[in-house]
Amino acid sequence: MIDNHLPILQVLIPLVAAVMCLLLRNRLIVTTLAIVVTWVTFAVSAALMSAVLRQGVISYELGGWAPPWGIEYRVDVLNAFVLVLVSGIGAVVATWSPSSISIELPRYERHYLFYCAYLLCLAGLLGITVTGDMFNVFVFLEISALSSYVLISLGQDRRALTAAYSYLVMGTLGATFILIGIGLLYIMTGTLNMADLAERLPEVLDTRTVIVAFGFLVVGVSLKMALFPLHLWLPNAYAYAPSAVTAFLAATATKVSVYLLLRFFFTVFGYEFAFDRMQLWIFLMPLALVGIVTASLVAIFQNNIKRMLAYSSVAQIGYMVLGISFASVNGLTGGIVHLFNHGLMKCALFLALGCIVYRCGAVHIDEMRGLGRTMPWTMAAFVGGGLSLIGVPMTVGFVSKWYLVVAALEQGLWPVAAVVLFSSLLAVVYIWRVVEVAYFEAPSAVEGEGTVREAPLSMLIPVWALVVAIFYFGITTELTAGIARQAAESLLKVAS
Amino acid sequence: MKDQVVPRIVAKLLIPYILLYALYVQWHGDYGPGGGFQAGVIFAAAVILYALIFDLGNAQRAIRPWVVSLLVPLGLLLYIGVGIATILKGGVFLEYGVLEHDPIHGQHLGILLVELGVGTTVAGVMITIFYSFGEVVRG
Amino acid sequence: MMETIGLYNYWVVVVLMMTGFYIVVARDNLIKKVIGLNIFQTSVFLLFISAGKVDGGSAPILAEGIEIYSNPLPGVLILTAIVVGVATTAVALGLIVRINEAYGTIEEPEIHLEDVEA
Repeated sequence: MIDNHLPILQVLIPLVAAVMCLLLRNRLIVTTLAIVVTWVTFAVSAALMSAVLRQGVISYELGGWAPPWGIEYRVDVLNAFVLVLVSGIGAVVATWSPSSISIELPRYERHYLFYCAYLLCLAGLLGITVTGDMFNVFVFLEISALSSYVLISLGQDRRALTAAYSYLVMGTLGATFILIGIGLLYIMTGTLNMADLAERLPEVLDTRTVIVAFGFLVVGVSLKMALFPLHLWLPNAYAYAPSAVTAFLAATATKVSVYLLLRFFFTVFGYEFAFDRMQLWIFLMPLALVGIVTASLVAIFQNNIKRMLAYSSVAQIGYMVLGISFASVNGLTGGIVHLFNHGLMKCALFLALGCIVYRCGAVHIDEMRGLGRTMPWTMAAFVGGGLSLIGVPMTVGFVSKWYLVVAALEQGLWPVAAVVLFSSLLAVVYIWRVVEVAYFEAPSAVEGEGTVREAPLSMLIPVWALVVAIFYFGITTELTAGIARQAAESLLKVAS
Repeated sequence: MKDQVVPRIVAKLLIPYILLYALYVQWHGDYGPGGGFQAGVIFAAAVILYALIFDLGNAQRAIRPWVVSLLVPLGLLLYIGVGIATILKGGVFLEYGVLEHDPIHGQHLGILLVELGVGTTVAGVMITIFYSFGEVVRG
Repeated sequence: MMETIGLYNYWVVVVLMMTGFYIVVARDNLIKKVIGLNIFQTSVFLLFISAGKVDGGSAPILAEGIEIYSNPLPGVLILTAIVVGVATTAVALGLIVRINEAYGTIEEPEIHLEDVEA
């Protein structure tokens, strides 16, 4: 019986757990509940993925009302892939977090509120991914956004508050733009269901209303996705939030917005309208390229390592959008597989940084001297993630860049392939800065130097699980790249 | 504001009717404009009016903060509970028709319970927000 | 000409939307930005509801003797969006209270100065 209700359980389980966290105030109970629930959610998404691979698209009607009158939860290969990523990262970070937030959130009696917001954010992100109704997307978007503003503001530095505030203003503007787009589409077609919209839109594609709706949706999603130049909220938000929050949001929030981009422009509008008539690639490709180069350059000059990784995230989003803007099977495969790979990479990197914060208390590059000797496992994990960012073969980063370069060469765009390779060199520079300081400089003579030990096992195991995944999926690419290719083909076929 | 005669007398006269109106709006959502969210906000408005005129301390003695912060998760659990009940009775999530012996009564009951949950949570959230901000101002 | 006047609702939507957006961008006081955000969101609600009215239709509540009803769906969507707007405002105001405690001011240039000096 559970099998039939998997799509709704995916959202319901973290949501109910979030409410239970509000009722049960005991720190130990809440932490255990959060860890158990996030792993159960991951199991549900894995079950959904295998069900979709077996039987095709899964549709679930809420309330027994048939679509398009009712809200429909629609899971296909692309959906299920993103669901596995989001719930997996949610589970890994929740398992990692207890030690970290005991240091970074000093008021223990309030930890139940942290886990409540965390589970709400997870439920919101999963809801965006699993639903097939446009307005439902907006509702879940706001649920995840509001809880992420709260989570970010919990950082110790007071700049976390201003970062959360500016993220709030920009995020609400983006979400309201998306709402306007949804409203205009509803006015023109009379339906909110994505599959139904795809059928009804071709008749009204020439009207000014639909073109304006398209514009609003593009800008709204780009804001949420942190596409250059609408990325200004991201560096501060990621740098000053608690480590667990940064790791979770960096690996999931922007990826779900990239998924929204794919859903809106390939399933709802159809790729002929988006790319041939509206020439979306003229908007996406240059911005992606500029974003990749400038964000990587800015990352090189950052002394706060969290900020450096945040700018690196902006560059990686550029890669995903670049892959999408090719609108070919290889390009989309590259973009989608990079969505998954970057989630793994960034989460591993931020979790490793979180271990360093746990032991040393800060993330300034000067304070990372000699960590290669005092915290060998943590720094090795950091190097593993860094190699993947650069795109060394046998890591997942290489797989995504391979598809991007192949897609660029396929369309004869030699300069674009050159930019992708050049930015990998830039990644070498900013990763090498950290590696050099950690491995080739003596530990700074700080009082109580002996206290800088290796991070506890409860924090190391999740980090290394991710690093092992980075290398595993970099060597046996069948699962991730195969599914991404299937998703890409279904997106392009559905549209044409 | 306790020394201002006019607001004090008017508030004393009106607050019970505001609360009554909130309950009216709550139950009459399917016969007129109304429903959970509107009712919750009107209920909270009555409490906030009391707190503005008769001082936050008195309001918190009448409507205790721990009760209010308990209302928030309970309303949500009621809503989700209705959904889970529909799943257990064999329908899909929130298919109210399966709650009772025939679909129409099931729909009635389902919507009633769901809106009650929404109203409770909204009232709880609004009052909690006001209490939190009020305490910042006070001390 | 009559059509332009008949679209009065939508002109109001545009004016409110641009007013709200301008306030968010141009004003430095954090509370004023929240006000601008609210005006911006209100204009979107008006857009939805204006589109829901059917010519000659009455309120979408079942009653005796009424044949044409307005579309109930936009009203429900807007209710949800209003709740979202209220929640966003509440979170924003909570953040502003904390910012005031931490920085002593809610003017953005002064906050920026304090951060730069730090």
